[in-house]
Amino acid sequence: MVDAPTIGRRGFSLDGAAFFRRHVALAALIALLAFNFAVTPHFASWQTLNVNLTQVATIVIVSVGMTLVIATGGIDLSVGSLMAISGALAPMIFLSSFGRSYPVLGDAIAFVVPVGVAGLFGLFNGWFITRFQVQPIVGTLVMFIAGRGIGQVLTNGNLQVFKNPTFQFIGLGRILGVPCQVIIMLALVAAAAWTLRSTLFGRQILSVGGNERAARLSGVPVAAVKRRVYAISGLCAGIAGLVVVSINSSSDANLVGLGMELDAIAAVAVGGTPFTGGQATVVGSLIGALLIQLLRYTLLANGVPDAAALVVKGAIIAGAVWSQQRGKTA
Amino acid sequence: MADPLLVMRDINKRFQGVQALSAASLEVEPGEIMALVGENGAGKSTLIKVLTGAYRRASGSILFAGKSIDFVSPQAAQRGGVSTIYQEINLVPFRSVAENVFLGREHRRYGLLDWGRMNAEAADLLRRFAVEIDVRRPLMEFSTAIQQMVAIARAVSFKAQLVIMDEPTSSLDEREVTVLFDVMRRLRAERVAVIFISHRLDELYQVCDRVTVMRDGRTVMASRMADIGKLNLIAAMLGRDLETVRAHSTGFSAAHAAAGGVVLSAEGLRIGRKVRDARVEVRERQIVGLTGLLGSGRTEVARAIFGADPADAGAIEMRGRPVSPQEPAEAIALGVGYCSEDRKADGIVPDMSVRENLTLGILPRLTSMGIVDEARQREIVDKFMKRLAIKASSAEQKIRELSGGNQQKVLLARWLCTDPKLLILDEPTRGIDVGAKAEIQALIRELADQGLGVLMISSELEEITEGADRVFVLSDGRTVADLPHAEASPRAIMAAMAHGPEALAEAGHG
Repeated sequence: MVDAPTIGRRGFSLDGAAFFRRHVALAALIALLAFNFAVTPHFASWQTLNVNLTQVATIVIVSVGMTLVIATGGIDLSVGSLMAISGALAPMIFLSSFGRSYPVLGDAIAFVVPVGVAGLFGLFNGWFITRFQVQPIVGTLVMFIAGRGIGQVLTNGNLQVFKNPTFQFIGLGRILGVPCQVIIMLALVAAAAWTLRSTLFGRQILSVGGNERAARLSGVPVAAVKRRVYAISGLCAGIAGLVVVSINSSSDANLVGLGMELDAIAAVAVGGTPFTGGQATVVGSLIGALLIQLLRYTLLANGVPDAAALVVKGAIIAGAVWSQQRGKTA
Repeated sequence: MADPLLVMRDINKRFQGVQALSAASLEVEPGEIMALVGENGAGKSTLIKVLTGAYRRASGSILFAGKSIDFVSPQAAQRGGVSTIYQEINLVPFRSVAENVFLGREHRRYGLLDWGRMNAEAADLLRRFAVEIDVRRPLMEFSTAIQQMVAIARAVSFKAQLVIMDEPTSSLDEREVTVLFDVMRRLRAERVAVIFISHRLDELYQVCDRVTVMRDGRTVMASRMADIGKLNLIAAMLGRDLETVRAHSTGFSAAHAAAGGVVLSAEGLRIGRKVRDARVEVRERQIVGLTGLLGSGRTEVARAIFGADPADAGAIEMRGRPVSPQEPAEAIALGVGYCSEDRKADGIVPDMSVRENLTLGILPRLTSMGIVDEARQREIVDKFMKRLAIKASSAEQKIRELSGGNQQKVLLARWLCTDPKLLILDEPTRGIDVGAKAEIQALIRELADQGLGVLMISSELEEITEGADRVFVLSDGRTVADLPHAEASPRAIMAAMAHGPEALAEAGHG
């Protein structure tokens, strides 16, 4: 697992206990997997893996952007609403008369434009927060509320139903048996982890989150860095929106991405990225999302109702954060 | 003379091994205005907080109005007759003036708030201080000065016998200061004592009866204001005997290479309210000292030159070219580096490694296509860790785990690796142990000898008199002296801080 701020420490400690104390979420994930192999029937199957990965992919895609935002000490509440906007735009494009006349071009635009628009709304978040020195939680609350409204206005609040195999490849297609969105998810995780670790932008993100004043006095363009992370968070939400409407073969701006901001924030928290900024692990967020997903699956597969699963989900977030606090002081 | 209103004696207070107050004392007569002065870390605010119950003292006695007291909180002190008015007013901006005056002990009638009575009483109170305002309006609609009057009115309505004002004038303009002083004199006329904390010496002479000077947690002097000249007051604050200077107490060597061309010249700088007319000039191979009392505008000048808080007016030239940096990044591109006074808040990124802290400034230059060249990064880090003898378990150790001296070396290295032409050092050795201090001072000299222009801000006189080739002295936001090394004696510097020829004359027979 890539723990960005301490990359230099190559090679993990041989002390297994210490390793697990530092990576609680990973330890819990492995324990939960072991439990399932032993107890849950038909767990060790390709199908189980695919079901879980498919369900978790959108959360992970969104939490990649969320991790970068949180690394700067911010937060992005607007991601669910931006998913609704991108999810509403795509079918409007390929269902339009233009999209029907030029299906190839129409499908291409239906990928690019909604994601781009979500990215621009993200950029707006960043601009708003830096220009007016607004608290990120308030700054992105604006788009959290307005964004879903924009999605509903675009579609007049109507449900858009469609069948477009080319476009829906992003949610239903498979490459070498692996669902397309899982590949997108892994690619984004890898790209973001590499960005944090090896690029100037990544180091600047962490320095802004670690000490904004010191970063500015060292020549880091603080406002530009923040604008870019919110834009990236918007882009990730845009992609996730396309995946969700593809899976559903329909787009409902009232429902797409509903509550996603909290799922993504939970994944980041369980994954071990502190909300104070300055430290971040994208792979941790992936593990956090997987842990929450697998826990829910385990409970359902063993006959625990979904409502009770929510309580357990809350408990595991509290537990993960608590044990990370302890790991820090240990 | 009447019995003293307040007698604090032998007050001791430690914070995590640091002795903040050692046997400090303070005496205030009823109805007198007492100035409390001292440089950063002298213990003024700790002493006040011990008095008002914000801190618990380790030992010592406090007598107030003849009784031994031990307030448990500022609220208790307020009820006991000691009110404190802070620089940033701690009232409720959205509520009305009258509400603020009576906050927490509102008049009631039949269980309801008696607005008529509260409004009338608040208006009466304020009228005593010549403030005629509509007390039903929210507090935030009024100027800072009026808000302070409201805070004072609130204090008086608590039947305060002692009002403490912590730098009340720093956010007021001259006219508002005059009004505040009138209020203070009115308080005195009503036999209410005032403790007045301010860095502006002129103000102390205008309004105070006596002065208590603190230094390093001790009370070093208490005197009638009229009996002490400004120069002697400054000497007491800085802890310098006017005649003696400890020679070679710093790590600066005596050799002064000939200075080269002008790297920086700044003229007529005006920055906010604190700096009115500042001037500095730095040449290659030269350490220029910039000094002045706390609040004289030293740091503001440095930050303006670095583009962190740009100047409102004035001309800055770097190597002959007029510039006006609006962001630190612009100044860095011009070859300027700046080590701030507050390492923790403005310097280190605590959770990052030594390596990443050291290369934070130069990182854009170690990058191609957005990707950091880690081999070159490590090369630079190794070189500077060796050159500055930075003690860390490895380059990957988190900087917050290092000692203050080593953190400062990393921050110096952050700039040195960018090969700057001008390095601004704001209190480079504050909070650093003695050994590391001399080492850093020697390093600064060495760097200057190699061609670097250094602008060094320091409130330590030895550092300035021994280290600087040229000294600029700021007083109340103006450059009041420009002294070559040979003339930069502690006496000359303090005389300049006291600002005026009469101070120099007084030093002659003082």
